[in-house]
Amino acid sequence: MSDTVHTLMALAARQFKADASALKPEQDLFEALGIDSFQAVELISELEDEFDVELPDYELQGVKTFAALAAKIDKRR
Amino acid sequence: MSESPLRFSVVDGVGELVLQREPCNEIGSAMTGALEAWLDALDDDAVHTVIIRSSVRGGFCAGADLRELHAGLVASPEAEHAASLRAFLDRIHGVMDRIDMLPVTTIGVVHGVCFGGGFELALTCDQIIAEKSARFCFPELRLGIIPGFGGIPRLRRDVGNATIRDLLLSGRSVSAKRAHALGMIAQVVGRGEGLEAAQALAAQSGKFDPTARRAAKAFIKHLPREELAREKELFVELALRPPLLAALTKFVDSTDLRPYLP
Repeated sequence: MSDTVHTLMALAARQFKADASALKPEQDLFEALGIDSFQAVELISELEDEFDVELPDYELQGVKTFAALAAKIDKRR
Repeated sequence: MSESPLRFSVVDGVGELVLQREPCNEIGSAMTGALEAWLDALDDDAVHTVIIRSSVRGGFCAGADLRELHAGLVASPEAEHAASLRAFLDRIHGVMDRIDMLPVTTIGVVHGVCFGGGFELALTCDQIIAEKSARFCFPELRLGIIPGFGGIPRLRRDVGNATIRDLLLSGRSVSAKRAHALGMIAQVVGRGEGLEAAQALAAQSGKFDPTARRAAKAFIKHLPREELAREKELFVELALRPPLLAALTKFVDSTDLRPYLP
């Protein structure tokens, strides 16, 4: 598991009070975290802050899993 | 009876206007009417500062009420669309311009989603305090239109054209931190800290001589009238084309639980 996806899942678990140990990279992050689109918008800001990147929305289209999101973050670093 | 989209209270000269319409303070006829009534009733001699914030979890405001806009377009003959769009734009521009030019200091407290018309409402405020969760966005090109509530002309007063092109032509959202770096907002504070920061700012504003405070705002903040008028005409011209109705129909018919992500 890459550092990015590990950090991403830990951050998301902390923010949405989920059990980090139960999260898996290939899970749908909306379903795993039980979040809606408003919370997803907040998560993007948290990730930009954490990884010091900008994540344009159009690059996140179709991104559903933690692993796919981590890959997008890595491309921007 | 449904709850009012707004509530307003005044304590020690500081007014607090709370947007409270679920899911995210969408601006349609109900919100517009409530804002008009609030403005009509506001005694600007009784307050020195107005804080505008949202009590709904999702954010400050998700923008125009797209479901209402869609319903209005499909329920009326095409020949009437131009007149009805223009009439709504005149109303909402009237509201936004009045808030923009209030002779009191206005502070927008933003968290979460601040998109489209919601961003445009925030931009009427003299100062925006954003919590870290806030994201700002002009998504209108996705609907085949431009922002129609005066946001672009208002933002042009504050930031460079390149910043506006970035937001407008990409439709991407930016964080509070980025918005601050771009000069669009005054302060960034932690999650849940926006109201307290606004109250502290309001208390400071209340110490100033009222005449000087009003004169300072009138001196530095003007309505970009020509651009606002041009924006209305361009909006109507674009909105009458098929892409808007097609995009609205897709939005209304969508079962996607993530409508706020592009």
